[in-house]
Amino acid sequence: MQTTQKNTDFEVKSLDTTSNDEIAMQTKWWHNLKYLIAGIGLGIVFVKGEIISWFRIQEMFRFQSFHMYGVIGSAVIVGAISVWLIKRFKVKTFQGEPITFYPKQFNKGQIFGGLIFGCGWAMTGACPGPLFAQLGTGAGFVIITIISAVAGTWTYGYFREKLPH
Amino acid sequence: MDYLTQIKQMIELIKQPWPWYVAGPLIGLAVPLLLLLGNKSFGISSTLRHLCAACFPADIPFFKYNWKKEIWNLFLVLGMLIGSALSVSVLKNPNPIQVNSKLVTFLAEYGITYYSSLLPIDIMNWNALLTLKGIILMIGGGFMVGFGTRYAGGCTSGHSIMGLSNLQLPSLIATCAFMIGGLVMTNFLLAYILSL
Repeated sequence: MQTTQKNTDFEVKSLDTTSNDEIAMQTKWWHNLKYLIAGIGLGIVFVKGEIISWFRIQEMFRFQSFHMYGVIGSAVIVGAISVWLIKRFKVKTFQGEPITFYPKQFNKGQIFGGLIFGCGWAMTGACPGPLFAQLGTGAGFVIITIISAVAGTWTYGYFREKLPH
Repeated sequence: MDYLTQIKQMIELIKQPWPWYVAGPLIGLAVPLLLLLGNKSFGISSTLRHLCAACFPADIPFFKYNWKKEIWNLFLVLGMLIGSALSVSVLKNPNPIQVNSKLVTFLAEYGITYYSSLLPIDIMNWNALLTLKGIILMIGGGFMVGFGTRYAGGCTSGHSIMGLSNLQLPSLIATCAFMIGGLVMTNFLLAYILSL
């Protein structure tokens, strides 16, 4: 069981903090529309870049194409330079609050969970974001895969205390 | 050349598949964009957790938190759904996806020959949900995506892009685990599943 680190989730920032923007959002739902627009942009890139293609994922794991490595590699380089610039120049959000990062510690879940997710990624040809994008391309049956993924997350939550971390 | 022709040519160009050096940097820009828009960390798999917290928390501690604070994430994935729908309608690439010939040969052995969809429609469709192969790939695969990402604390976006961008060692470990899991599944196990 986890004692030192309560929030093992790299993605749920609000468990670590309460920022002004989040308070604002609880009152004004339309603040979220900017994320909808960001999502539309990402969805277009996911499809046009073919990164949600089952075939591209197969090529990646067989080392038959550089495409996915190029996509993820260049995304990380752009992301890393951006984060470095934000930290270096103490850039603030558009609302004027300081941008914060919450470093996480290692736990065994990153290995066990990572291996399980890797298998699922190869089978479905999608990580969670692309699952939603696959559904958007009109492949209606992907809703079943998404429901199954929600069930998988729920099952993890149910057994969390018993799993090695 | 008049403007109309130029615009038409531009649209034709956008309809083509985008190379990695266009798609990758654009995805990378999501990291600073979300930080600037509202101090958000790029990460998508947590939406699955928020859906659990919102719909079936069942008194499980892992799902007892204020998911409404993370509702932005659900807007983001809704946007992705809309964006991909636009891509396959307005910006549709009329040609089938170009895949490595070795992969084409391999998949043909298992009856996968249709390349005009992003998914292998030959083995993934509504009816295939009644086959063992389909159940393993779609339902089993989905379950592993949901279980594995939360166990790992993130997915390709949360760990491999956001985490690595922030130089987090756990994210590098997680990314290696994703790759090993995928390599084993693709190269050693998938052939058995496809032959079911």
